[in-house]
Amino acid sequence: MTPEPSGAAQPGSAADVIKAIPLRRPGRWIAAFVILVLVVLFIYGAATNANFQWSTYRSYLFDRRITKGVWATLQLTFLAMALGVVLGVALAVMRLSANPVLKSVAWAYLWVFRGTPVYVQLVFWGLFSSIYPHLSLGIPFAHQFAHFDIQSLQAFFFFAALGLGLNEAAYMAEIVRAGISSVGEGQSEAATALGMSWPLTMRRVVLPQAMRVIIPPTGNELISMLKTTSLVIAVPFTGDLYSQARQISGANFRPVPLLMVASTWYLAITSVLMVGQYFLEKHYAKGSSRTMTARQLRVLAKAIGNPDRGGDGA
Amino acid sequence: MSVPQTLAAPLLSVRGLRKSFGKSVVLTDLDLDVPEHTCTVLIGASGSGKSTLLRCLNLLEVVDDGVVELDGQDIADPRVDANAIRSKVGIVFQAFNLFPHLSVLDNVMLAPRRVHRVRRQQAESDAVAMLERVGLSDKARARPDELSGGQQQRVAIARALVNRPRLMLFDEVTSALDPELVGEVLTLIRELKSDGMTMVVATHEMGFAREVADQVCFLDGGRVLEQGPPAQIFGAPQEPRTRQFLARIVAAGRL
Repeated sequence: MTPEPSGAAQPGSAADVIKAIPLRRPGRWIAAFVILVLVVLFIYGAATNANFQWSTYRSYLFDRRITKGVWATLQLTFLAMALGVVLGVALAVMRLSANPVLKSVAWAYLWVFRGTPVYVQLVFWGLFSSIYPHLSLGIPFAHQFAHFDIQSLQAFFFFAALGLGLNEAAYMAEIVRAGISSVGEGQSEAATALGMSWPLTMRRVVLPQAMRVIIPPTGNELISMLKTTSLVIAVPFTGDLYSQARQISGANFRPVPLLMVASTWYLAITSVLMVGQYFLEKHYAKGSSRTMTARQLRVLAKAIGNPDRGGDGA
Repeated sequence: MSVPQTLAAPLLSVRGLRKSFGKSVVLTDLDLDVPEHTCTVLIGASGSGKSTLLRCLNLLEVVDDGVVELDGQDIADPRVDANAIRSKVGIVFQAFNLFPHLSVLDNVMLAPRRVHRVRRQQAESDAVAMLERVGLSDKARARPDELSGGQQQRVAIARALVNRPRLMLFDEVTSALDPELVGEVLTLIRELKSDGMTMVVATHEMGFAREVADQVCFLDGGRVLEQGPPAQIFGAPQEPRTRQFLARIVAAGRL
């Protein structure tokens, strides 16, 4: 801070160095102290409260059934997400196409899958086998290539992934559509003018640029999907983390420590995903903005040789 | 089709071209002939249909009615392969429209590689040669946003030229440039003209139009109101609307 002789009452002191004293904020200190005391009290209470049954928590944290549940949850998450992304891109492209049939089919899909709860959808997928007991692959009314029995246990895993993935596709479609719309019209026009077909234009010009807008919310969706897998009991698929924890607590009548076990695992996985998302977002934000950050401004100010103005005012 | 007639006929011949967007008619009964190895400059007020005409010639707009013959083939016929036509007609836009996620070299190589299926090595040497042609071989690895506007526009020209088009269209290619960068782009177009490239140029640079044009077309109300050699259009315009337009340009200090 350099003092300026701004026509104030003391012109003589203009050259003196002012000793800056930060503004005192007693309210903040009091609030921080109160919150800190409450947190310490809660941790002390939780650690000493016998109802939390920490010994049970410890003995089940790495139980084989739990770790198998973690594995199933991860599989469900990534399978459903992969299906959601692929189908979501297809739906977004359909919604943006000029073909009225494709457009309205995509709209109807979004309307149904975004308009009904995912839990209800999962129950429906569980009842799929009672609606269509046999599934065959082939030419209608003619030849059959393959035949599936869809009443096995494996089928419940399949339906859980399918149900979550089809629901996710509706949300991904909107994210992808926003991404595609964010790419300027001139880009696809320039590609068309070079003789590129529409699919080629999409793949080589529009979608790569849309990624900057698509990636960050897709990371959110992935984290959200991990937690949504706890609903697959509706199918009913019982191999996932939450169902496994419930099953164990159903046998030993200790729900609280087992919920803590499940929560610990969910939190651990989402933390890893959040770190990944942080770096992905940083990567895709590159070159997206021409305004300079405070750090860049500081570097610039230094380069110009004006270090005392290197703060936020430059 | 007889060969001598094709040789005698102009490279591009437009008859009775009509284009409207909804209820607003942009081009009506427009006729235009562009002989091979010549430069046709389109002048006219904003909204007179210059850009729309160029976009129709490249099939970026679907023509409502009329005949557009390129090399004796009616390209306005909906049965033609539009993508094949587009690679015979290069266009350069006012806003450059380079692909920002690709390097300069990849911008130039994209169409040869993916549309014309040229082998990578061949496409790369073609692209490098074309960048050398526009004086930017040292920028091959740069991203478009690291280039000045004039350099970006020269890359856009190289990107269109690398497909060896029969006809080049320039749509107000210097209008988005800072004044000191206009020169380098106009110099490049001048050089293309002396290389014998056939081109149609829409521009507001009247000095450049006078110098480079073989024929000047004044567009007004969606048709070619007056056309002729530059000396005639700029020196002794016949139509009152042309005189009015040129008087306004002179008043603005642009001629």
